[in-house]
Amino acid sequence: MDFTILTDYFDVYLEGFRGTVLSSLLALIGSFVLGALIAVFRIAPVRPLRWFGTGYVEFIRNIPLLLVVYMFYYGPSALGLPLDGFTAGTIGLAVYTSSFIAEAIRAGILAIPKGQTEAARSSGLSYAQTMIHIILPQAIKLVIPPLGNQFINLIKNSSVLTIVAGLDLMYFADIVNADTYRTFDTYIFVALFYLALTLPLSYGVRVWERRLERKY
Amino acid sequence: MDFAGAYSAENLRFLADGLYVTLIVAGASIVLSFLIGCIVGVIRYTRLPVLSPIMLVGVELIRNLPLLLIIFFMRFALPEVGIKLGLVAATITGLTIFEAAMIAEIVRGGLASIDKGQIEAARSSGLSAMQTLWHIVLPQGLRRMVPPLVSQFISLLKDTSLAVVISLPELMHHAGIVIGHGYTYTIPILLLVAVIYFSVNFVLSVISRRLETRHA
Repeated sequence: MDFTILTDYFDVYLEGFRGTVLSSLLALIGSFVLGALIAVFRIAPVRPLRWFGTGYVEFIRNIPLLLVVYMFYYGPSALGLPLDGFTAGTIGLAVYTSSFIAEAIRAGILAIPKGQTEAARSSGLSYAQTMIHIILPQAIKLVIPPLGNQFINLIKNSSVLTIVAGLDLMYFADIVNADTYRTFDTYIFVALFYLALTLPLSYGVRVWERRLERKY
Repeated sequence: MDFAGAYSAENLRFLADGLYVTLIVAGASIVLSFLIGCIVGVIRYTRLPVLSPIMLVGVELIRNLPLLLIIFFMRFALPEVGIKLGLVAATITGLTIFEAAMIAEIVRGGLASIDKGQIEAARSSGLSAMQTLWHIVLPQGLRRMVPPLVSQFISLLKDTSLAVVISLPELMHHAGIVIGHGYTYTIPILLLVAVIYFSVNFVLSVISRRLETRHA
């Protein structure tokens, strides 16, 4: 193992690491907002909204992430509005992940006993008030572990950005590799950078899951 | 948008060739990762000394790395240590390693979900530990694993697209080449590829639902 690669090219690795973290964080925020919206659509008392929500989730979940990224990379450029790799990749990640987050949030909401909705509604709260004050605060605790898992997936999945030159860890590793010709060592260090992000997160998710199990 | 040009017989045949590679690679990886995942999952469940902790570390490390990195590593890093894999072999190896780690966790979780009382009852009726595992725990555990296993297989099929990073001539790679022929092809080709992936995965999920209702 040649650790001089890590020390000599630390700045290059760090640049990629920053891209990976930034893209994953932005995509997490985007996919949470989009996912929450779709989840509400899926349980809304309006039929066309439910259809739209179900169609969205089923379609996105059954196509590869790379295809979603291509849609935002090649699609806009075919229409004359090219997006750079980082932007297209991050939007693609957010859209792809939102379908999984929507399902997690929906499951969280459905896990809250119906009696609570009925009690809140008969106490005079509106549907929206019931959701905001009674159901969502409880559901969010159940949704945190699956959200954490999706964030881990996002970090790993952000590696597809390299395919559209998205300035992530894998992309910058290519620069190191082209310079050193030491592919094995170069990518072992890349793996360590990813693990530095994903292992602590996995551990955190597990701790939270255990806490929930003890409570319920 | 040039639908007629994009869907020329030549392009369609080229995409069909890509789909063929995708299906072959996915099929082989599903079989291999299921076998290896089951073995590793059972070892993790039985808590064998030495072997089980080693598997735990291996599974955790692999699950927390990007699949794209693993596939890339199989193709370009392993030759440095004397292991040369062709395109198809590198993809199948990478996919199998990653998905087997995922499946091992599904198998372990499925087995662990079987009520302890059943194992105690089986053991006190005179069944050996092996007999209990084989006749009592596995048949019930496998039934519970069907839904998560099928969604893992769907993920695997989608993830074959990551092999574009080593230029495996699968569906996404071929789609990228056709898109490269002209921007008027971009949207028709992306749509068609989405429909192809969706259809294949939809068939898989329908089969899974059948299996679930039959075993329920």
